[in-house]
Amino acid sequence: MSKKILAVDDSASMRQMVLFTLQGAGYEVVQACDGVEALELARQSAVDLVLTDVHMPRMDGITLVRELRGLLNYKFVPMLILTTESSQEKKMDGKRAGATGWIVKPFNPQQLLATVARVL
Amino acid sequence: MTIDLEMAEIAKVFFQESREGLDVMESGLLSLGATADRENINTIFRAAHSIKGGSATFGFAEVAGFTHGVETLLDEMRNGVRPVTAEAIQTLLQACDCLREMIAATEAEQPLDQVRIASLNGDIKHILGEANEAPAPARAAGDEAAGTHAASEPGGWRVRFEPVADLLRLRNEPTRMFAELRRLGTMVAHADTSRLPLLDALDPESCYVSWNIDITAQIPRGKLDEVFDWVDSGCRLEFTPTGGSAPVAAAPGAAAQPQAAAGDAWSAETKAVSPNETKTVALAEAKAAAPADADRSAPGGAPAQKASGDSGSIRVATEKVDNIINLVGELLITQSMLSSFADGIDPNDLDRLRQGLSQLARNTRELQESVMQIRMLPISFAFNRFPRIVHDLSRKLAKKVELKLSGEGTELDKTVLEKISDPLVHLVRNALDHGLETPERRVAAGKHETGTLELAAFHEGGNIIIEVRDDGAGLNKAKILQKARERALVAPDQDLTDEQIDNLIFMPGFSTAEQISDVSGRGVGMDVVRRNINDLGGHVQIASKEGLGSTIRIRLPLTLAILDGQLVRVGKEIYIISLLAIVETIQVARERVNTLVGHTEVFRLRDEYLPVVKLCDQFGVEPDSRSAEDGLLVVLEADGKRVGVLVDDLLAQQQVVIKSLESNFKSVAGIAGATILGDGTVALIIDAPGLISSAAKQGVGAVAAHAA
Repeated sequence: MSKKILAVDDSASMRQMVLFTLQGAGYEVVQACDGVEALELARQSAVDLVLTDVHMPRMDGITLVRELRGLLNYKFVPMLILTTESSQEKKMDGKRAGATGWIVKPFNPQQLLATVARVL
Repeated sequence: MTIDLEMAEIAKVFFQESREGLDVMESGLLSLGATADRENINTIFRAAHSIKGGSATFGFAEVAGFTHGVETLLDEMRNGVRPVTAEAIQTLLQACDCLREMIAATEAEQPLDQVRIASLNGDIKHILGEANEAPAPARAAGDEAAGTHAASEPGGWRVRFEPVADLLRLRNEPTRMFAELRRLGTMVAHADTSRLPLLDALDPESCYVSWNIDITAQIPRGKLDEVFDWVDSGCRLEFTPTGGSAPVAAAPGAAAQPQAAAGDAWSAETKAVSPNETKTVALAEAKAAAPADADRSAPGGAPAQKASGDSGSIRVATEKVDNIINLVGELLITQSMLSSFADGIDPNDLDRLRQGLSQLARNTRELQESVMQIRMLPISFAFNRFPRIVHDLSRKLAKKVELKLSGEGTELDKTVLEKISDPLVHLVRNALDHGLETPERRVAAGKHETGTLELAAFHEGGNIIIEVRDDGAGLNKAKILQKARERALVAPDQDLTDEQIDNLIFMPGFSTAEQISDVSGRGVGMDVVRRNINDLGGHVQIASKEGLGSTIRIRLPLTLAILDGQLVRVGKEIYIISLLAIVETIQVARERVNTLVGHTEVFRLRDEYLPVVKLCDQFGVEPDSRSAEDGLLVVLEADGKRVGVLVDDLLAQQQVVIKSLESNFKSVAGIAGATILGDGTVALIIDAPGLISSAAKQGVGAVAAHAA
């Protein structure tokens, strides 16, 4: 069975790029446009990896990671945050919230797949 | 499809999304003036952040670079480090404009306006107080320096890795890191389990093991950093270069040696630990599996959620929609053809045929209505530009204005919407420039110093009404009349009602602005506004009260594809006149018709003389009668002028599908288009504004002469 990835980003173009790249590599992808929607989806069904943007309306990515880590089912699920190079601080925030790691923006499809392969 | 092609497709989404993001930023910035609300700044920041992230991802480095400055400024604002000043807002608004152009240029693969970009970049840097800094490239250069520093690659590395206890909880699997290291070269890992507690004190989710890893590979230090990047913080991580095959044991290497030896001694333990590790993983997977089943029971949940995220809209090419509309039009024609056919035959089955036909009629109409809906867009698409326009203009004119929008959700046809946008901008500019007074004058007139400008849209009958209302000075009727007389637009002794005077401003060549400003008022404008609206089959008029303000009312058809028509007959021909243009229809008494010089007939309707247009002469058809009293006079109005159109008979009123005469045949003066009637014949649709203006040209002098 293919691995299921939850991709969270408020930007439709980023979601499409992530979706296209990951589906092309044989992953199953579910999408959410902010933390609240992602949390809802994550509660409804299990995923093997969470990929989330940091800045989003309603609930940001750091809070989402923290919330997910608090769920029994997501205790050991790898979670990666998508962040910009400049925000070392955000990486550490993410880490403290329970993120497994990060992907630095901008990234190309190959980099995304390589990073995902590190945790799946 | 290749990745590049697909990425180009997605980049289109990015362009569209960026434009939407810029709209969000703009409206956010405009409302920021009033209150420095944190959530608002956050929203603006996120929009800028998304544009930056997306542009960098899709390889538009210049857009990304420019947005970086904007984002930094917004970030400082939302963190309260940077005050939200009017100057900063103005600069950010200009940055939005600049970005919009950059995105358009990038999409069209045109060169960017480097001068403007550099100048705005300077403005932003100035606000940020870093005129001479170039932080981003500097950091990049630093990274590179670090990379080249390690260029003298050793033959291998010894890594001491003591992770934090949380390692496994964050799903940073050491085995995966080891697998990556193995890809770099030959790797031997020795587990150090000296910190492993006794079983009863052991927390199965914690990591107690540390490792000594020997890698034999000529790789730069950066490669190792990449592997350990995610686990770097908090843990103890040491990298020692080794000589590889020729062991050059330097002092630090020697220090690591005993630890490695200890690791060797315990290497058997590694196996004892790994099952433990796999067990926790298995546990997590077992738990994860349970909700997977639950998911199957509620499959509707996820897709519904996704749809709501996209606000339930789809992007359809207008061309495709037009094609469907065309087909539905044909269907409508077929249906109407069948009904008129059914009128002719009369067997016993007729009732059932009629029943079926009425059902077909209903279905067709419903289908058409729902297809037309696809073309309908809320007028907010046009209204959304105004907060910015009003903001900029009121600054320029030093006037205080409050803009009120209402009925933004009112829908109208996309083409109508696009074509009404510019006339609306013109009207709004006019209202700001000529209508609303300066704060001083307003106070002197006993009004609030802030003027109000309202834009309202609503449905009325089958039409949409757009009103532009201001509470400014109103029109100066005496001045308008004087000017109109000067320019011979009105006969010297002609009496006009207040309403007629107001509407003189729509005459070509009319402007009462005392000084020509760059905002509005060159004498071209209001007549163009009216022409554009008339071209859309609409109607505009102004009502004004001196000292209290003006209201401009625009009436537009909901769509350009169908029209509510009145069928009229002239001889054997049937023409269609838009119901919107018809004021009234009357039977004519002989004594009220006068023939003037040059065969122009005029007709007295109450106290007004109207030129009579004979369709039979206009289109060269043989009528039942050429005499006005035998026929009916249809009074049409457009551009504030009226004419009486002589026809033989009035037939039904019905919705007709407009077919372009221009694209199917050629453009004909006085004809707006054609349609196909139920019996299959083609009927021409009268171009009321065109007919009136050509009649007025011939007739107005005569009418004026007669009235005199």
